[in-house]
Amino acid sequence: MPDLNKAINPFYFCTRLILRELTGIRARNIKELLKYIKTVSGSVIYNHTHQFLQQHIHLSPEPPNDFAYWVKGFLNEEELAEKMMSIDTCGFCTIRELRNAIVKTIQDHLAKAKGPLRIAPKGSEFYFVKAMSFVLPTPHVADDLKGFIECIKKISVYSIYFHMFESKLRLEKGTNDFSFWLGTSLGKAELAEEIARLDPYTYTIEELRSELIKRAEKYLK
Amino acid sequence: MTDLHKKIEDYIPIVGQEKVEELKLIAQKLKGKTIQSINSTAVGGGVAEILSRMVPLLNNLGVDTKWDVIKGDLEFFGVTKKIHNALHGGKGITKKDVNIFLETSRLNLERTPLYGDIIFVHDPQPIALIGKKSTLDSKWIWRCHVDVSQPNKSVWNFLKKYIEKYDATVFSAPAFSQKLKVKQFMICPSIDPLSEKNRDLTDVDVSSVLKKYGLPHNVPLVTQVSRYDRLKDPAGVIDAYKLVRKYINCHLVLAGSHASDDPEGSEVLAEIREKAKGDPQIHLLVVDPKTNDFDVNALQRGSAVVIQKSLREGFALTVTEALWKARPVVASAVGGIPLQIAHKYSGLLCHSIEGAALHIKQFLHNPAYAKKLGTNGKEHIRQNYLLTRHLREYMLLFLSLYNKEDIVYL
Repeated sequence: MPDLNKAINPFYFCTRLILRELTGIRARNIKELLKYIKTVSGSVIYNHTHQFLQQHIHLSPEPPNDFAYWVKGFLNEEELAEKMMSIDTCGFCTIRELRNAIVKTIQDHLAKAKGPLRIAPKGSEFYFVKAMSFVLPTPHVADDLKGFIECIKKISVYSIYFHMFESKLRLEKGTNDFSFWLGTSLGKAELAEEIARLDPYTYTIEELRSELIKRAEKYLK
Repeated sequence: MTDLHKKIEDYIPIVGQEKVEELKLIAQKLKGKTIQSINSTAVGGGVAEILSRMVPLLNNLGVDTKWDVIKGDLEFFGVTKKIHNALHGGKGITKKDVNIFLETSRLNLERTPLYGDIIFVHDPQPIALIGKKSTLDSKWIWRCHVDVSQPNKSVWNFLKKYIEKYDATVFSAPAFSQKLKVKQFMICPSIDPLSEKNRDLTDVDVSSVLKKYGLPHNVPLVTQVSRYDRLKDPAGVIDAYKLVRKYINCHLVLAGSHASDDPEGSEVLAEIREKAKGDPQIHLLVVDPKTNDFDVNALQRGSAVVIQKSLREGFALTVTEALWKARPVVASAVGGIPLQIAHKYSGLLCHSIEGAALHIKQFLHNPAYAKKLGTNGKEHIRQNYLLTRHLREYMLLFLSLYNKEDIVYL
C-alpha cells in the first residue's frame, strides 16, 4: 500500500542569494524615473520592487518598493507615492505586468500634475540597480507535511524568499513553489490554495514563516 | 579574545546557523580557485583592516585566499595620496606625479607575483598590475574603496584606462557608480561584530570609560564619533546641541582620534574648542589611540543618541557601529547613510542643523520611540552590514566572473 501521506516527489529547498550590479543610470525627477522604468531590464525592476522587503526583513514592508520610497522621501509627492505603494505586486505573475502597472501609475499622475517637476536634491537621485540572483540547493528535503514544516523552521529567510516571491514573479511559475508542491505532489489542495492566497508582501519574512507553519500544522491533525 | 583569526562558526550566535551554512555552500562552489588579493599596505587603513579579517575567514570556509602587498617609496605613496584626494574631488596630479606612478607601477609589475585564478586588486595604488592581464589566464577585479561620486575628471580618466581592462569593478554605494564599459557591482563595507569596537560590553565597562573621560551617568549624552574634520561638521553639531539644550538637559560628546599628525585636524579642534568655550556640558574628547576601539565602543553604548551630522561621507561605518549597538541615530542623508537608515524606520535622517536638533529632541523626549528605531537599526545591520554578508557578496562576486546571466543556478 502506498503511504498517502508521502509526496509523489520530494520538495528540495533552494536558497537564493543576491549580488547587486550598478547600472550607472540615475533619475532626478519623475519624468526621468518613468523613462528609465520603461527601459531598464526586468532584473532592475525586480530589485527595486523587492529590495526593501529583503533588506528590512524584520519590518513590515512599507513602502514596499524603492520607487515609492524615493518619490515620497525625496520628491515629497505623497499622492503618487501612496498610489505606487498600493500597487498589488501579489496580483502579477510577470515582471512585465508589474512594470506596466508602475508605468501607468506614473503616467496617470503626470497627466494630471500641475506646476514644475520636483527635483531630488543632489546626491539623492534615484540610482537604478540590478539584482543578480544565485540559486543554490540546500540540504533540506521534505517528502511529507511534517518534514515540510520542520524544514520551514530551519531554512534561511532567503530560502523562504526564493520559494514564495522569486519563483512566482521572476521565474514566472504562476504560483509560489510551496503551493505548487503541496497541491500537485502532496495532494493538499486546500492548504496549497490557502498559502497561494496569502499576500506575502504585507508580512515580514519571519511573520510569513510563522504563518506558513501555523497553516500547515492545521492540516497535520 | 583576540580580534583576528576567528572561525566562521564564531558568528553563528550572531547571524544564525543557516546563514553560516549558506556561506559554506557558496564556498564549495569556489573549490579549486585561488583568490589573490593585492593592496598597498599590510597594516593601517581600512582596506588592510578588512582584508586582515576577510582572508582568514575565507580560508576557514575552504576558499584558498592569499594576500600580497605591492611596494613603493614615499614619493610613490605621496602621489597615490594625491590620487586618493583627487578621487574625492580634490585637485589633479602633475606630469611628474604621473611619471612617478608609472615608474613604480612598472617595478611592481616585475616584482609582484601574480598567480591567482582571481586577482582582486584594491584601490588605485596597484591598479596598473592589470598590465599583466594578457599574459595570464586569470580573472581580474578592481575594488574601489573610495567615494568617487564627484571625482577629479582628469585623474578619473587617467585611472579609467586601467579600470576598463578589468573583468569587473566594485563600488561601495550606488552614487559612486560611473559610466564604464565593464560591470560594476555594489558591495557595501561591513563591521565585524566580534571586534573590539563592536563586541558586547558590560555596564561596568561602559561606566569605566564614561568615568575615564569625565562624563556623567545621569544626564543623557548626545555623541558624535568622528575625526576632527570640517566635513564631519562638528560646528554644526554644537549648533544643533544648543537648540536642543533650550528644552532638554543633555551633554554633548564629540569624540575624535589623536590629531597631532594632521595639521588640519588640529586646526579644526582648536576652532571647535573656541566655539565650545564656556559650556561645561560640551566634551571634546581626543580618544586614547591605545584604547580607541574599546573606548569608542563604550562611548557609543553609553549615549542616549548618536549623531553623524556630516556634510559629506563615504559609507559612514560610525553609523553602522552605532546602529549595531541599537542606538537611536540622527544622521545626515549623505553618502552611504541613507542605505543604512530608512528614515523613521531605523533612525532619523536630517538635512540641516535645525532638522538634526528636532530629531535629537524627538528621541530624547520619546525613549520608547528611540528604543524601537534603535532595535530596528540593529536588525537592519545584522541582516545587511556585518562581515558575514560581506564574505557572502565577495564569494558571489568571484562566482559572477564565470556566470553572465542575471539568474545563476549553482
